[in-house]
Amino acid sequence: MSVDLDQAWELNDQVALRPEPFGALAYHYGNRRLTFLRAHELVEVVERLAETTDVADAFDRAGVAETRRPAFLKALAALAAGDFIRPRTTATDSRGASTTDTEAA
Amino acid sequence: MTTAPPSPNRLTDQMKAGLDAPICLTWELTYACNLACVHCLSSSGRRDPRELDTAEAEAVIDELQRMQVFYVNIGGGEPTIRPDFFHLVDYAVDHGVGVKFSTNGSRIDADVARRLAGSDYIDIQLSIDGADAATNDAVRGEGSFATAIEAMEHLAAADFGEFKISVVMTRHNVAQLDAFQTLADRYGAQLRLTRLRPSGRGVDSWDELHLRAEQQVQLYHWLLDRPETLTGDSFFHLNALGPENLPGLNLCGAGRVVCLIDPVGDVYACPFVLHDEFRAGNVRDTGGFTRIWRESDLFTELREPQSAGACASCGEFDACQGGCMAAKFFTGLPLDGPDPECVTGHGELALASAGSIPSTTSDHSKPVRVALSPTRRQG
Repeated sequence: MSVDLDQAWELNDQVALRPEPFGALAYHYGNRRLTFLRAHELVEVVERLAETTDVADAFDRAGVAETRRPAFLKALAALAAGDFIRPRTTATDSRGASTTDTEAA
Repeated sequence: MTTAPPSPNRLTDQMKAGLDAPICLTWELTYACNLACVHCLSSSGRRDPRELDTAEAEAVIDELQRMQVFYVNIGGGEPTIRPDFFHLVDYAVDHGVGVKFSTNGSRIDADVARRLAGSDYIDIQLSIDGADAATNDAVRGEGSFATAIEAMEHLAAADFGEFKISVVMTRHNVAQLDAFQTLADRYGAQLRLTRLRPSGRGVDSWDELHLRAEQQVQLYHWLLDRPETLTGDSFFHLNALGPENLPGLNLCGAGRVVCLIDPVGDVYACPFVLHDEFRAGNVRDTGGFTRIWRESDLFTELREPQSAGACASCGEFDACQGGCMAAKFFTGLPLDGPDPECVTGHGELALASAGSIPSTTSDHSKPVRVALSPTRRQG
């Protein structure tokens, strides 16, 4: 599974993130997979996916440097393969109207 | 699985320094068991009158939820013997703590299987130690293979989905690796292979059950060919056998990313060291489990950089990390030396001059127990 800059994704609502010194621990209650997000910016990207227009926008907002973006895309692809993130099918208001659930998580 | 953009700090280094909460933990709910397996890590058999009651167990789950421990591995003893077993499983799941429980299958009838199939957040691990009755029952007792198979049939009939078949590798079942895989495939199950430890009643059976050197090589290659096999990362000492590491965290997680809560609430560094020397506290103490995890002297010490000791001069240390603390402890070896099953042979040499084997400090075996053989290595 590949993840591209112009696609819209979101964190699976069966996934919980636990902050850790290295980034975060992610656990999928459905398939019981555990994974490590090994960069704080990656955690921010994943948390904000649902409220951004696309992946490039999420990278911009999390301040991910251009040079690191290929590695981050690979990391997102691995998360997609484990069903941690899912393609966003419904159009979400990307102007920030419905972001409270994500923020509270 | 690790999702990793290049990071300046190695993940395993950060893990070794400990996390604010365990990644997962093992929780043995009772010492009561209807079996008397010769390698039982917790020397289970009889219930302990001091075991946590329902309210105390719920309080532990509340703490795990607050610490964001996403799942627990429940075991025993045979955990399903507890009258409040299903209540506690439901309580955990309702509080965001997923459950994987280990069972010998004796309580998994058709009704229970249907009930379990109703939850997405419960995972089951059925233990067998042989791919046929003769091999299995020699370790786990007469009739235990048939019981486990019956439970698998019930789970499959209830459409439970992918459960796990858990096997402790011994010199008698390593030749059955392919047969275990066939069995797992038949039930749509996932195979989990773990290492035999000389812990609990394993102190008495390890000598005759642990893998021979050539069997370790065989297992290493079998696992490399099947990276999807679950192992609880328990075979990292085999990484010194070749250039390629087995999948998983190549480290001893004791007190750093895992630990054990026993039926009476004692917290040990890992499921394989139920001994006073590795007891960090009790969940009934002030501050509960959280304080033990974050502040106990034992866990603090385990998170300090560990000396490679006698292994420091060995070129394989990075690959094997000196092996398993519990395996060393219960064979009378120094903790900063080679593992008794060191693949370069250093362990055998060390065993020849090992100290005395620590006596058990927590034995709940039934008075009469199945002994594999009367012989026992003298320390």
